[in-house]
Amino acid sequence: MLQLDPGVIIWTTLTFGLLLVVLRATAWKPILKALDERERTIRQSIERAEETKRESQELLDENRRSASKAEERAQRLIEEAREFAEKIRSETMAKAASEATRLIDKAREEIERDKQQAITQLHGLVAELAVKAAEKILDETIDESRQKKLVEKFLTSLRKN
Amino acid sequence: MIFGLTTDSASIHAVADTVRTMTDTAGAAAAQASNPSNGGWIIKHVADSHTLDLLPFGEIHLPHIGPIQIGGLSIDMSITKHVVMLWAAGIALLAVMNLVARSYRKSLIPGRFAGAIEMLILFVRDDIVLPAMGEKGKKFLPYFLTLFFFILFANLFGLIPYASTPTGNLNVTAALAMIAFFVIQIAGIMQYGLGGYFKGLVPPDIPIFVIPIMVIVEVLGLFTKPFALCVRLFANMIAGHIVIFSLIGLIFVFGTILIAPISIAFALFIELLEILIATIQAYIFTILTALFVGMAIHQEH
Repeated sequence: MLQLDPGVIIWTTLTFGLLLVVLRATAWKPILKALDERERTIRQSIERAEETKRESQELLDENRRSASKAEERAQRLIEEAREFAEKIRSETMAKAASEATRLIDKAREEIERDKQQAITQLHGLVAELAVKAAEKILDETIDESRQKKLVEKFLTSLRKN
Repeated sequence: MIFGLTTDSASIHAVADTVRTMTDTAGAAAAQASNPSNGGWIIKHVADSHTLDLLPFGEIHLPHIGPIQIGGLSIDMSITKHVVMLWAAGIALLAVMNLVARSYRKSLIPGRFAGAIEMLILFVRDDIVLPAMGEKGKKFLPYFLTLFFFILFANLFGLIPYASTPTGNLNVTAALAMIAFFVIQIAGIMQYGLGGYFKGLVPPDIPIFVIPIMVIVEVLGLFTKPFALCVRLFANMIAGHIVIFSLIGLIFVFGTILIAPISIAFALFIELLEILIATIQAYIFTILTALFVGMAIHQEH
């Protein structure tokens, strides 16, 4: 069991050496190369994923920023539009109010004028009727201009009273 | 007719020879069985021999080569049982690794089998060689991978019925340790140059009078390291087998079949333990060699 056997030592050395040479060429080199390559691929994939993640994060931030900016601008536009509308409304209201006042005034003036006119006409008519009535009553014709003067005198006295 | 007669007599002789061999084998087995307490049969099973024992189908006689005279030494180059087992382990290793390599040539994503072997390869690379030797270890990876898997396969071969453990032979482990010894020295010499390496063995900045002792200690250390590797692997691998045979032998020592269940249960337990030991010993041999090479190429003490 413990005896030395140089033949076995030599055979073992030869076997091991041959195995090392053959395995190195047929197995270890391709396997180790494949493992290295795979590790490189994995590392690259992870790096690329990190890069993509960073980029998408940036993009997302930018989108968010621009969205908030757009929101702000829209808000401002709405505000402005509202102010503008308010202004127009108040202006229109004021204009309408003044127009109405003007129309009322105008109508009032017209009414006044018509009233004056009607009064004047009425004065004439009343004088004429009074004369005609007096003519009939007095059965006497007086000069028309004198009659008118009389009536006017009467009327002014009336108005004075 | 004379011709035919001679042929007949030759064949008769052959048959007679075969019968004699068979009766011899049976007789030897019977003798062993009748006297199991001497333990000789255990040694016969774990020791190297010139026959492959295939009981009850007979046995294969392996060719004797030599003795060959090399430089005044006569060396018996016979192909022994353990050499055959070494070759079987080597062929199995070649087949397995070529399968794995082919899987990697097809795709970088390993299949189930390649993935399992890859785990071991990565273990050798990332947990044994690179931590012990650093980036320079990449050059030595083929050696360490071959070493680890060769020892692992050789160890596991001993667990197969009819096979035997080549690493349970002191000469096989001695050869592996010798190769490790040369790898360690050559790695160191390649790193520091012949003079630089041997000068670097002795720690710098020590008192002059200690240097002679240190030289002796360090030079002895060069040889004790591989020697320990050799004996450790051999003893671990042979011990498990001796225990298994002893447990089986209990049946014959007690001479009753009633002991068989206990013997077999314990033998099974040891057999399973052997799988663990086979892996651990391959790991220990490889990591110690890697550490020694690492020490040789990083001499700062």
